Amino acid sequence: MDHISLLLVVIPLITAPIVAVLPRGRLPWAVTLVVTTLCALLAGMQLWTVLHEGVISYELGGWAPPWGIEYRIDAVNAFVALIVASIAAITLPYALLSVEQEIPEEKIPLFYSALLLCLTGLLGITQTGDIFNVFVFLEISSLSSYALISLGKERQALTSAFQYLIMGTIGATFYLIGVGLIYSQTGSLNMQDIATILPGVVHLKTVDTGFAFIMIGIAIKLAMFPLHLWLPNAYTYAPSVVTVFLAATATKVALYVMLRILFIVFPHGFALATPVEELFIVAGIASIIIASIYAIYQEDVKRLLAYSSVAQIGYMVLGIGFASATGVTAALVHMFNHALMKGALFMAVGAIIYRIGACRMDQIHGLGRAMPWTFGAIVIAALSLIGVPGTAGFISKWYLVSAALEQSAWISVAVILFGSLLAVVYMGKLIEALYFKPITETGKEVTEAPLLLLAPMWTLVLANIYFGLDTNLTVGVAETAAATLGVMKP
Amino acid sequence: MLLLTTLLLPLAGAVGILIAHRTPDYREAVTLITASLIAVLVVEITSRYMAGEVFAMTLIEPMPGIAIAFEIEALGMLFALVAGLLWLVTSIYAIGYMRSQNEPNQTRFFAAFAVSIAATMGIAFSANLFTLFLFYELLTLATYPLVTHAGTPEAKRGGRVYLGILLGTSIGLFLLGILITWSLTGSVDFQHGGILAGHIDPAWAGLLYALFLFGVGKAAVMPFHRWLPAAMVAPTPVSALLHAVAVVKAGVFTLLKITIYIFGSDFILSNDVTGGLIWVAASTILIASLIAMTKDNLKARLAYSTVSQLSYIVLGAMLASKAGLIGASMHIAMHAFAKITLFFAAGAIYVASHKKLVSELNGLGRAMPITFAAFFIGTLSIIGLPPFGGMWSKWYLGLGAAETAQMSLLAVLMISSLLNIIYLLPIPIRAFFSKPESGQHYTEIAEAPKPILLAMIVTSTACVILFFYPDPFYQLASLAAGGS
Repeated sequence: MDHISLLLVVIPLITAPIVAVLPRGRLPWAVTLVVTTLCALLAGMQLWTVLHEGVISYELGGWAPPWGIEYRIDAVNAFVALIVASIAAITLPYALLSVEQEIPEEKIPLFYSALLLCLTGLLGITQTGDIFNVFVFLEISSLSSYALISLGKERQALTSAFQYLIMGTIGATFYLIGVGLIYSQTGSLNMQDIATILPGVVHLKTVDTGFAFIMIGIAIKLAMFPLHLWLPNAYTYAPSVVTVFLAATATKVALYVMLRILFIVFPHGFALATPVEELFIVAGIASIIIASIYAIYQEDVKRLLAYSSVAQIGYMVLGIGFASATGVTAALVHMFNHALMKGALFMAVGAIIYRIGACRMDQIHGLGRAMPWTFGAIVIAALSLIGVPGTAGFISKWYLVSAALEQSAWISVAVILFGSLLAVVYMGKLIEALYFKPITETGKEVTEAPLLLLAPMWTLVLANIYFGLDTNLTVGVAETAAATLGVMKP
Repeated sequence: MLLLTTLLLPLAGAVGILIAHRTPDYREAVTLITASLIAVLVVEITSRYMAGEVFAMTLIEPMPGIAIAFEIEALGMLFALVAGLLWLVTSIYAIGYMRSQNEPNQTRFFAAFAVSIAATMGIAFSANLFTLFLFYELLTLATYPLVTHAGTPEAKRGGRVYLGILLGTSIGLFLLGILITWSLTGSVDFQHGGILAGHIDPAWAGLLYALFLFGVGKAAVMPFHRWLPAAMVAPTPVSALLHAVAVVKAGVFTLLKITIYIFGSDFILSNDVTGGLIWVAASTILIASLIAMTKDNLKARLAYSTVSQLSYIVLGAMLASKAGLIGASMHIAMHAFAKITLFFAAGAIYVASHKKLVSELNGLGRAMPITFAAFFIGTLSIIGLPPFGGMWSKWYLGLGAAETAQMSLLAVLMISSLLNIIYLLPIPIRAFFSKPESGQHYTEIAEAPKPILLAMIVTSTACVILFFYPDPFYQLASLAAGGS
C-alpha cells in the first residue's frame, strides 16, 4: 500500500485514454464509475494513513528529492484529495442519465475520458510536492475542463469555454512565470526544499515578484474577486454534470494551492510581511457582498448559483486572510461544506434541467410541487448555504465568525452575517419561484426526477445535515491541517 | 428519555399525519392522539420535576464544548407546560376550523403544526444557547408554510416579512450575540447565576444585551415587531397557538433564559446593564397599544395587543428583580391562556359570520353568546382584573417595578392597562349592546361548530381557574426567579 499516493493519480490517468476508445453505450460510464469509486476509497485510506502514521513522502521513480519529484501528503492535501475523489464518486451515478441526455452519443466516451483527465489533474495537484508539477497538473485539469465546458448544449458554451481558456491560460502563465522566478533564485522546485532555501534569499526583489505572480495566477484559478469573471459563464453553460463536478472541486483545489504556497513554500512570516492578508480580507469582503448581490438579480438558476459560489469563495478567502489557526480551519471546513451544498444544489438544478431542458426562473414556476424530492433537496441545501444551525453551513459560519471575533474584526463579522442574509434573499427567490408561482402549462406534465439522479443528490443533502451535527471529520481534520500549515497569528 | 419523547412524539406525529394524508379522519386522529399524549406527558414531567427528579441529557456534540443538550429547569418547564396543554386544545379547535372552512392542504398544515410543537419543546428544554438557537430557527422555518398557507399574494408578502425579519434578526444579531458570548466565556451553557459575570466589561454588557434584545425577533420588541402583524394572514388556529403562544413566547422565553442564565440577575442589577434598554420595552408597550387602537381588523388589533403584552414580559426580564422575573414568567402562562381565547373567538366569529372587522361586530353577541362571553373573559384577563389569571402576572410585574423604585415604569404599566380597556373592551360591548347596522337582529348566524366552542370554553375557564389556583405556574416562576 506504499503506492496509494501515486495510484490516486495514475489510475485515472491510464484509464482516461482507454475510456476514450471504448465502444459507445454504457461501458465508458461503468469503467469511469469503477475508477472514481476506487479513487475515493484510496483517498480515504490515504487520509487515514496520514492521520495515524504521519506525513507520507513518496519519491517518484525512486529519485530522491529535491532532484526527483516528490509526492508529499500531509493532512491538508489528503483532506482535499478526499473531497475531490469523493465528489467525483458521488457525481458518477448521477452522470449516467444526465450525460446521455445532454451529450451527443458519439461524444460520450470522450466526455468520460476528459472527466477522468480532469480528475487526474485535480488529484495530481493535491498529491504533488513540487511546484512545477503543480503547473503540469493544473494544465491537465484546465485543458480537460475547457473541453468539458464546451460540450454544453447551448452555443454560448463555446464562448464561455473560450473565455475560461483565455483567463485560465493567463492564470497558468502567471503561475509559471512566478515559479520560474523562484527557481532562478533558489534552484529548486521541491516545496520543502524551497522553504528551506528561501529564508536566505528572501530580501531579493525577484522573490517578491515571483510571489506576486504566483498569487495572481492562482487567484484567477480560484475565481477570487475581481478575477472571477470566467466562472459564472463557465458554470452556467457547462453540462450539468460538469458544473456539479467543477463547482465542488476545481476552485477548492486552487484554494489548496494558495494555502500551500502562502504558508509552506514561503517561509513563516513572509506572507505576513506583505499586504497579502489585507488584500485577501478586502477581496473576501468584496466578493461576499458584490457577488451575493449579483446572485439576487440573476434570472438563470445556474448563474445564480454560480455567483453564489463566487461569494462563498469569498468566505474561504476571508478565512485565509485572518491568517490564524481558526481562520484557516474555517476556510478548510467551508471548502468541504461548500462542496457538499453546491454539489447538492447543482445536482438538483441538473435534475430540473433533465426534466424540462432549461432552468430559467420563469420556466421553473411551480415545479417544486411536481418534483417534491428535488425541491426538498434544494430547500435543505439552501438552509445549509444560509448557515442555519443543524446544517454543515452553520459550522463554517461559526468558525469563520469566531476567527473574526478573535481579531476583533468587526467589519468582517458584520459582512459574514450580512452575506448570510443576502443568501436568504437569493435562495428565497429561487424557492418562491419553485413553490409559490402558479405552475406553467408545460410544467404540469413534469414528473419527479429518476432515482439515479435523486440518490446522489440526497446523499449530498444528508451529508449536509450529518456534517452539521458530527464535525469530527471536518473540523478535526481541518484543525490538524491548519496546524500542519503552521499559521501564526494568534 | 421522557424528555426526548416530548420532542420525538410530535415529530412522529408529523410523519403519521403525512402517511395518513388520504383519510382525513385517521390524520386528525393522529393529531389528537399525539397532542393528548404530549399533554399527559408535560403534566407528568412537571409533577416529577417538582418532586425533585432531574432531567438532563446530551444528544451529540457537533463542536467541542457546543452540544445539542437538554435540561429541564423551572422556566422551561413552565413554557413547555403551557405549550403542551394548549396544543391539545388548539388541535381540537383547528380540526373544527379547518374542516368548516374547507381549507386546502390540510395535511401540510397539521404536519407543519406538529413540527412547530416539537421545535417549541426543543426550545423549552434546551440546556445551552446553541441548542436553543437550533430549535429557534427550526420553529421559524416550520411555521413559514403555516403563515403562507393560503398561497395568496398577500400570504406570500406576509411570509416574506415573517421570514425576513425573523431570520434577519436571528442571524444578524442573535447569532452574533451567541458568538460573542462564546468568545468571551468559552461556554454557551445556561447556568444559575449566569456565565458572563467577570468575563465582560459591564460597560459593554448593555450592548451585548441589546444584541439579544433585538436579535430575538420573536419577542417582537419594536422596531422588529412587524413580522407578527404580517403573520396574521395565517389561518386562525395558527395565529392562536403559534402567534399568541408558541412562537412569541419562545421569543420572550429566550430573553428570560438569557437574562437569568447567561447574564444572571445579580450581574444585571449590580451593573445596571438594562438601564436604558428597559425603555425600549416600555415604549413598545405603549406604542403597540396605541397602534392597536387604530386597527379595525380584529386579528390585527389582537396582534398589536400581543406585541404590547410581550414587552411586559421583556420589561419584567429587564427589571431582573425577583418580583419582576416572577411576573414575567407568570405572564408567559397567563397571557397565553387569555390571548389564545381571544384568537379562538376571533376565528369563531370568522367561521360563523365571515366578519373580520371590529366595526362589523355590532349586535353579533346575541347570535353568538358563548363566543363573546369567552372573548369578554379573555379581555378582562388581559387587562388584569380579578378574578382572572392575568391579574397575578401584572401584580408581580408592578411589584417588580416598585421594588426597583422605578415609578415611571409602574406608571407605564398602569397606563397600558387603561389602554387595554380602551381597545379591547369595546369589542364585546359592541357585540352585546349595540344594534346591528341593518337594525335587525341576526337570525342567520349561529355559534361556530362544536369543537371550536369546546376549545374556547376550556381556555376561558382556565383563565378563571388560574386566578384561584395559579400555584403550579407560580411555583415554577418563583423557582426560575431564584427563590424557593
